[in-house]
Amino acid sequence: MNRLKTTFCGVEFKNPVVLASGTCGFGRELAEIRDLELLGGISSKGLTLNGSKGNAGIRVWETPSGMMNSVGMENPGVRRFLEEEEPRLESLGLVNIVNLGGHSEEDYVEGAKLLNGAACDIVELNISCPNVKAGGMNFGVKTEVARGLVRSVREVCRHPLVVKLSPNAEDITGLARMCEEEGADGVSLTNTYLALAIDIYKRKPVFDNVYAGLSGPAVRPISLRMVHQVAKAVNIPVMGLGGIMTWQDAIEYVMAGATLVQIGTATLVRPESAWEIIDGMERFLEEQGIRNIEEIRGII
Amino acid sequence: MGKIITNERLNEDFFLLKAEAGEAAEKAFPGQFCMLRAGEEYPLLSRPISIFDADPASGTLSFLYKNVGKGTDIISRMKPGDELELRGPFGHGFPVHMTGRTALVGGGVGIAPLYLLAKRLAERKAVSGTAADGLTVDVYLGFSGTPVLKEEYGAVCDALTVNIGGFVTDDVDPAAYDTVITCGPEIMMRVLYRKCLARGAGDRLWVSMEKRMACGIGICKVCTCFTADGTKTACKDGPVFRAAEVFYDEAAPGAEQEAGS
Repeated sequence: MNRLKTTFCGVEFKNPVVLASGTCGFGRELAEIRDLELLGGISSKGLTLNGSKGNAGIRVWETPSGMMNSVGMENPGVRRFLEEEEPRLESLGLVNIVNLGGHSEEDYVEGAKLLNGAACDIVELNISCPNVKAGGMNFGVKTEVARGLVRSVREVCRHPLVVKLSPNAEDITGLARMCEEEGADGVSLTNTYLALAIDIYKRKPVFDNVYAGLSGPAVRPISLRMVHQVAKAVNIPVMGLGGIMTWQDAIEYVMAGATLVQIGTATLVRPESAWEIIDGMERFLEEQGIRNIEEIRGII
Repeated sequence: MGKIITNERLNEDFFLLKAEAGEAAEKAFPGQFCMLRAGEEYPLLSRPISIFDADPASGTLSFLYKNVGKGTDIISRMKPGDELELRGPFGHGFPVHMTGRTALVGGGVGIAPLYLLAKRLAERKAVSGTAADGLTVDVYLGFSGTPVLKEEYGAVCDALTVNIGGFVTDDVDPAAYDTVITCGPEIMMRVLYRKCLARGAGDRLWVSMEKRMACGIGICKVCTCFTADGTKTACKDGPVFRAAEVFYDEAAPGAEQEAGS
């Protein structure tokens, strides 16, 4: 019995567990540890049109039950990704999600056009990057700023399009409804939370960029609440993420309305986390006599 | 997982931990590290700790670490018999096939990975009629507080120099060596590199980079080093690099002058 089989915006997943972007590279390193093809999908490292060497200074800081990062989208760029990583990812038997970021609308649109030439299964649009033209304000904070971007990318993108939402949005349900109105096939949430750490002896922020993104179990109840609100507000499917460390956490997200779950920080702590979460979910469904996970999706 | 065998305090803040490590003890190579974790959800992340010693016969690994924060503090309070989450070994370690005069220069807890290197080099030298015949290994250790493990280091090298409270880099003449290997605070390693450059020995220096890490396996990119050859991860591409690769900015005009000042 295939209790975990899930369909998300028309794409079949053998189970609802996806590696979250930025916490699995392009799958090369984790493939040395476990079989990637046992996973539902992989959302590979966020790309920008021309690539980036990422941020200078400290990039990681630990917090109670969480971590802050300021990697700054270090990535090889869309073209190099298409040459060096995409063919291998396409050949694997799991859903291949490509995460696309950018610092201007033009970058996003150009990146999306290039990805049209690849056989990836889903494009996940990361709207949490700072918008250079809007004074560095994150694209995903104001619904109407994000609308322009989602509309432009949707116009050119031929793949199923999922928009990854920022928990820093002024109105998370309004943002999600906008994505649905603009023709997105799904949403994923949440990205990391804007946070601050200070080195009191240096009397300076820990991070060169001052603010950094908080993730991990510390944020889970808040992300879970947002997933619940968004799943109730839209008719497109939702990928839930934010601090999922165990299969119990993943089941919570499904009950809150997530069709798929993404595993992020947990992979950095224990690389085999996603695989263990799949096994645990499978056992839970069996014990509870649930034939398919959709029976418990959104029951809260 | 690894059961702790011993976890001793050596001075104000240095500890020596020995744990059961199974296959990792066989695989361990000088300059590699393991990810150690003791917490549940806080601290969440593992701590990258250099391998001090490896004993394949007993399947044990030893780690010399400094208590610098919450993660290492929790580890320092663990007792024999406690289970430690231990992963590794990870990373690319030191060169070990060098011949000729070799200096190993450690500062602070950066001395840790040099012990296994010195030990493996001493083992090479013990086999006569090989390429290791002309190999000499001098070890320089710099401490800000009470020195530790002097006898242990002394037993695996030709000459041991210990510097307390000063600059260990002052004790080393790079021109006297064919290979120089260093691990310590970045500023110390940079000073040594400037000294190497000034003596025309820039290409002889290898460094082990210490960076804050999260995953230890190359996926999260929080330990990136900007190198002459693009971005590299300290955890997977390193932690050992040629100094010229990671300190390429030192080679700019004026660097030699600065080193001489």
